[in-house]
Order: sequence, then C-alpha cells, then structure tokens
Amino acid sequence: MSSQAWINLAYLVASMLFIVAFKLMTGPRTAVKGNYLGAAGMAIALIAACCEAPVIERLRNAGPGALVMVGIAAAIGAVVGALMAIKYPMTGMPQMVALLNGFGGAASALVAGAELWNMTAAARATPADPSALQNLTPWTQFAIATALTGLIGAVTFWGSFVAFAKLEELPRFKKAWTDPNRHWINLALALATLLLIGGVCAYPQSILLYWLLVIVGSVLGCTLTMPIGGADMPVVICLLNSYSGLAAAAAGFVIENNVLVIAGSLVGASGLILTAIMCQAMNRSLVGVLFGGLGTTAVANADDVYAGKVKSASAEEIAMVLEGASRVVIVPGYGLAVAQAQHAVRELANALEKRGCTVEYAIHPVAGRMPGHMNVLLAEADIPYEKLREMDDINPTFPETDVAIVIGANDVVNPAARTDPKSPIAGMPILDVDKARTVVVVKRSLSPGFAGIPNPLFAADNTLMYFADGKKAILDLTAALEMG
Amino acid sequence: MPPFSVSLPLLLASAPAADDPAVRFIRLLTVFLLAMWVGFEVIMKVPQRLHTPLTSGSNAISGITAVGAIVVAGSLATGTGTLLGLLGVVLAMINVVGGFVVTHRMLEMFNPKKK
Repeated sequence: MSSQAWINLAYLVASMLFIVAFKLMTGPRTAVKGNYLGAAGMAIALIAACCEAPVIERLRNAGPGALVMVGIAAAIGAVVGALMAIKYPMTGMPQMVALLNGFGGAASALVAGAELWNMTAAARATPADPSALQNLTPWTQFAIATALTGLIGAVTFWGSFVAFAKLEELPRFKKAWTDPNRHWINLALALATLLLIGGVCAYPQSILLYWLLVIVGSVLGCTLTMPIGGADMPVVICLLNSYSGLAAAAAGFVIENNVLVIAGSLVGASGLILTAIMCQAMNRSLVGVLFGGLGTTAVANADDVYAGKVKSASAEEIAMVLEGASRVVIVPGYGLAVAQAQHAVRELANALEKRGCTVEYAIHPVAGRMPGHMNVLLAEADIPYEKLREMDDINPTFPETDVAIVIGANDVVNPAARTDPKSPIAGMPILDVDKARTVVVVKRSLSPGFAGIPNPLFAADNTLMYFADGKKAILDLTAALEMG
Repeated sequence: MPPFSVSLPLLLASAPAADDPAVRFIRLLTVFLLAMWVGFEVIMKVPQRLHTPLTSGSNAISGITAVGAIVVAGSLATGTGTLLGLLGVVLAMINVVGGFVVTHRMLEMFNPKKK
C-alpha cells in the first residue's frame, strides 16, 4: 500500500469518528464521549495532513523549515483557542461560539486563496505563454469551488464577528441596522459577488479578482447580519455554523480532500437542521428572520393593555404566596442571563424544596441568545437537568401549577400569540404560564420584548409584577421566604 | 494539479479516468451529498438541552479546514501562499481547540456527578 493510501485510510477513520461523534452528541449521557471522539478524529486527520506527499516532498527538498513553521502556527492557534475557551465566562458562551466559528470560516477562505495562488503560479509567471493558461482550463469546476470557499468563508467570518459584537452588546452594534435601503444594498452586493465568481472562473490567474470577491463577501457578511435583532441570534448562530461547515466542504473540493468534504458537509447539514428547528420554535420563516424584521401593523397600544390593571407586589407579598405553593415552575429568559441570576434561582429553588414544594423549570426553545442557552446557564448553577422541562412537555402541567415565576422572559410567555390572530407573534408556540394559578413576573419595567408589543400577561388578574433587577429580586424573595 | 488521489469511494475510483477533472469533481460531489444526507439523518432528533453543546461541537469539527491549511502551508514554495496557509493554520487551530474545550466545559456542567 502506498503512503498516500495510508493517509487516505487515516482520513477515512477520522471521517467515521466524526459521524459517530455527531451521533453520540445527540444523547445527553453519551455527549461527552462524542466530543472526545470528535477531538480524536481531528487529531488523526491533522497528523495525516502532516504526512501528505507534497509536505513530505518539501521536507526532503528544502529541509524541515516549512513543517516547523506549521507546527509553530498550530501551537499558537491551539494555545489561543484553549485560553479563549477556558477564560471566557460561561454566560458568554453564545458570543464565544460565534467568534470561534468565524475563525474557521476565515481559515477556509485563506486555504482557497493560497491554493489558487499556488495553482496559477505558472500562468502568472509566463503571461505570454498560452499553454500555461490552457493547462488551467479543465480547472473550471475547482475555480467555482475556490470562489465559493472565499465567498462563504468571508461571509461567515464577518457575519460571526457582527454576531459576536451584538451579543457582547458593543455600543456600536447594539441597535439593529434598519436602513430602508438595506435590501437594495444587499441585492447589489449579491449581484457583485455573482459577477466576481464568474470572473474568478474565467480568469483564475487574476488573483486580485479572488480577493475582491472576499472583500465584497466581507461587506455582505456585515450587511446581512447587522439588521438582525438580538432575539433572532439563535437562528443566526446556527446558520453561520452551517456556513462555516459548507466553507470547509468547499475548501475540500478545492484541494480535493475527502475528510474536509465529509466533516464540512456534516457540520453544514447539522447547522441547517438546527436552524430549521429554531425557526419552527418561533413560528417564523428563515426568510422572515433574515430579511423581515417583525411587522408593525395592528400592534395594541401598551396603555390600553396595561391601564390600571397591572398589580405590583413586594418580595414579602410574593413570599406569602409561595409559602402556600406545592408546585412552582420557573420560566427563565434572556433577562436571567443578563442579571446573572442563575445561582440566586438555585437558592430560591432550594428554599422552596425544603418546604416540600416541587420546583421545575420550563425552557422555551428560543429563550436566550443561542439554542439551549438557558440549559447551559442553569446547569452552571448545578440545577439537575431532569428538572429542565421542554415546552411541549411542561405546557399541559401549568393548570396544576400553583405559582409560575417568569424571570426576564417576555415574548415567549405572551398569551397574545395564542389569542390574538392579528398579533405579530400570532401562532408562535409559547409557554402557557397564564394558566397557572398565580404568575409572578420578575422584570425591571413594563418595556416590551424583542417583538416590541405589550404583553397582556402582565395585566392579567392572576399576575403579580415584581419590578426589580432579576438577581436582587430573587435574593430578596429567598430571604423573605426563609424569614417567614 | 495536486498529486492527492481520493480513495474513499474506492468503488468509484477507476485508474484510467482518475485524471479527468470532471470525474474527480463528481467523485467529490458524491461524497459531499452522501455526507450531507448522513448529517441530516443523525441530527434530526436532538434534545433541546443539547443544542448548545452540539452547535459548539460541530463548530469545532468545522475547523477541519486546518488539514487543508497544513497541506498548503507545508508544501508551497512561494512566500505569499505559505503565509496565507500559516495564517489559516493559526485561525483553524483556534477554532478546533477552542471549540472542543468549550464543548467539554459545557457538557461537564450537565454531568451531575462532577463539580
């Protein structure tokens, strides 16, 4: 067996490990093992890459310089990546994943750019010699792949960077970009990318065209992501994740490498599925998330909804209600992550459980800024995951629930989605907390959520509003409960 | 052309046609579509609480482009290409190592025995 056959066999083993890793990642008990297998597959693929014929050839002809440089570059990347992953606070996971994702996309664009440079070196060196150019013509399919890698990679990197900036709440990116001309700008940019893809295929030796495509793709990545609001970030992160996989797969076409194609398309497919799940959970189409923004027609006036009907309560009053409760459901939202109240929530739950009360957590699929954000946050506070119940699972139990405590969530508990067919969120699956005997809403003010609409839940007869910062509110509530 | 031959779909690899770029392209396309299919089938049913670890785990795997970066940076003679490749190696390795470590941290939190 030739050495190339061994290398390909190693890639095959790595690919199979990736598939098994994905399979194991879908089960809570096997996920850790899945992650190890994925890392093992990656290690095998990286070692095999160092043994590729062109690398060995270079090693023989020009000494170990190139390989040493690669080793140093890999070590730098590994140390930076590990430091980022260990140092970043757990609550910032969504932006962390977005950032890492962007680096992968940028790397793919660089690989395609470097390969294009290499492939066209002869044609560029002898521009007058038509035979050098002719040798490139059967290369059209790979030129398309090169152009797509550059485009998708650039969109992924800048899109992820904007998503990171939004999630990190950098002031410049906090507000969604809602210029009415943005669709025309995006359309113009998209047309420009099509022209440039054609250009790269027709004149692969003009390296400038490729980098121009990367630049236009970078602008497009920014202008596509900037109009998207914070609450839609779970969808965007899944989609960008899918893009980074597709960029890697396209890079696999460029350098003709199966393991890149297989791993890239696995990631591309899984990202697409998660994106679809997210959209379904919000009852919105992907097109609506990416280009729409929510409609603003027929929005009920906040004053009409709330006038005189909102009941505000103090920690002591709510503690009295909780004392008589035998089943409490806690509904966390993004506000809980902002207030860093997960440990306080755990203490409140402990205090309630000591009184013999059942406490469960209702997790809406799009609560937070990334799929499963609330699960990670509550797990950080050592809340056992058996108590985290998914929406369809817990909704039928709300009528038997004494108190539902909503912390920093708004649109995902808005009953208008069920009752008002004209509402912009009509038909979105929600948590039916309004069916609980008493609803306690911990919120800083009556300000609307991402959908920008008033929430009739806050004015319902069985709702008590507790206006305070999430963490302080829960700490005060726990103290009041333990005093009583 | 780079001298890598592609041997995963051994059944599809026939020696005389191996140099036809269209044949090689379609072979890659076959692998791509089959792997997409496997990806769809495997991910279809995932419990909600694993969405975040899955996203970040698959994110780490998308750093596979490091393989391409290593081959490009380790084999090119020209300065510019090598530089691009090396930068690619750095970025892809951040993606790979950061992705797996973050995923591990998240999954550890779901483990009731530890901590």
